[in-house]
Amino acid sequence: MSTSWPLWEVFVRGKRGLNHVHVGSLHAPDAEMALRNARDVYTRRNEGVSIWVVPATAITASSPDEKDPFFAPSGDKVYRHPTFYAIPEDVPHL
Amino acid sequence: MADDLELRFERTVQAESRIEPRDWMPDGYRKTLIRQIAQHAHSEIIGMQPEGNWISRAPSLRRKAILLAKVQDEAGHGLYLYSATETLGADREDLTTKLIEGRQKYSSIFNYPTLTFADVGVIGWLVDGAAICNQVPLCRTSYGPYARAMIRICKEESFHQRQGYELLMTMMRGTQQQRDMVQDSVNRWWWPALMMFGPPDSESTNTEQSMAWRIKRDTNDELRQKFVNMSMPQAEALGVTFPDPELKWNEERGQYDFGSPDWDEFWQVVKGGGVCNEQRIAHRRKAHEDGSWVREAAVAHAQKHAQKEGAA
Repeated sequence: MSTSWPLWEVFVRGKRGLNHVHVGSLHAPDAEMALRNARDVYTRRNEGVSIWVVPATAITASSPDEKDPFFAPSGDKVYRHPTFYAIPEDVPHL
Repeated sequence: MADDLELRFERTVQAESRIEPRDWMPDGYRKTLIRQIAQHAHSEIIGMQPEGNWISRAPSLRRKAILLAKVQDEAGHGLYLYSATETLGADREDLTTKLIEGRQKYSSIFNYPTLTFADVGVIGWLVDGAAICNQVPLCRTSYGPYARAMIRICKEESFHQRQGYELLMTMMRGTQQQRDMVQDSVNRWWWPALMMFGPPDSESTNTEQSMAWRIKRDTNDELRQKFVNMSMPQAEALGVTFPDPELKWNEERGQYDFGSPDWDEFWQVVKGGGVCNEQRIAHRRKAHEDGSWVREAAVAHAQKHAQKEGAA
């Protein structure tokens, strides 16, 4: 029987009001142990109020090789940014 | 195509941007990183032993709680770093096997014994102090996951160094016997601490390429000098001396001059001839083997529950 534990990616919410952020990974036999291990490895100094653990194999990532074409759709749409629009300086609250 | 990838890699490194796990990288870069980060991770894990030796004999509950927290941090640091090697395609079990079979190294400093409780303080002050000197520049190393692990580690190392120095200050305010114990410990650890920065630049085979790839940010000799400069005023404040007759302020250079460590001793310990090399590896091997039933039982438990859930 294989005794190797699967890899989990760990995400921590630093405090209320913030998103969960990826902090690293660890090995654990199941989700519950992954949470406990994540607490001991990544939040020894009150770094978090909430933890997510996700099996590393469950993550689908974009490929860096496709970097340019993949993100191209947003590259040429400068009109999505507020700075694209010229507004007279004396118009307030815009 | 390969040239394109290499060019993009070079540009990213030159621009002080970070290389991330799924980026293309030269094989040598990947290999160098795995070797260096694994060696660093092994050092954290083996580094639990010399201080762990004193947990059961700490002189007060306060010191015991501090020492426990510190040794637990070392375990944590090892895990952050193993996690970084895995983003490069290394396998955790393979790394552990290589460590206990002596095929990968760890810092030689941990092959020296901890003979007295003062060693706990001196390790915090000088050994962790030297580690901080080495590690602070690594927070800007070119490989993202390694740099991020180092940022976490450096934050925690600061506690390690300060608890050590405070422990020594307490002993220096004690009896003459305690002060002698501190000085004896400093005498034993000073040279090994200087050796932690690695061989002189003239003999360091990996430095040049690692600097070009911005894995390493300063040379061994630069860091060693910095450490000596930082440590001298701390020693004076503490009331101890370092066992080096050549150690003195050089007005012209604006730095301290200091003697050369015994590099024959360094290589002897690296090659396995230190006082504790065998003991450290034997202990790590035993812990790994004795823990195998726990790993197996946890997997069996997880499988049983997964089946139950599948059936329901």
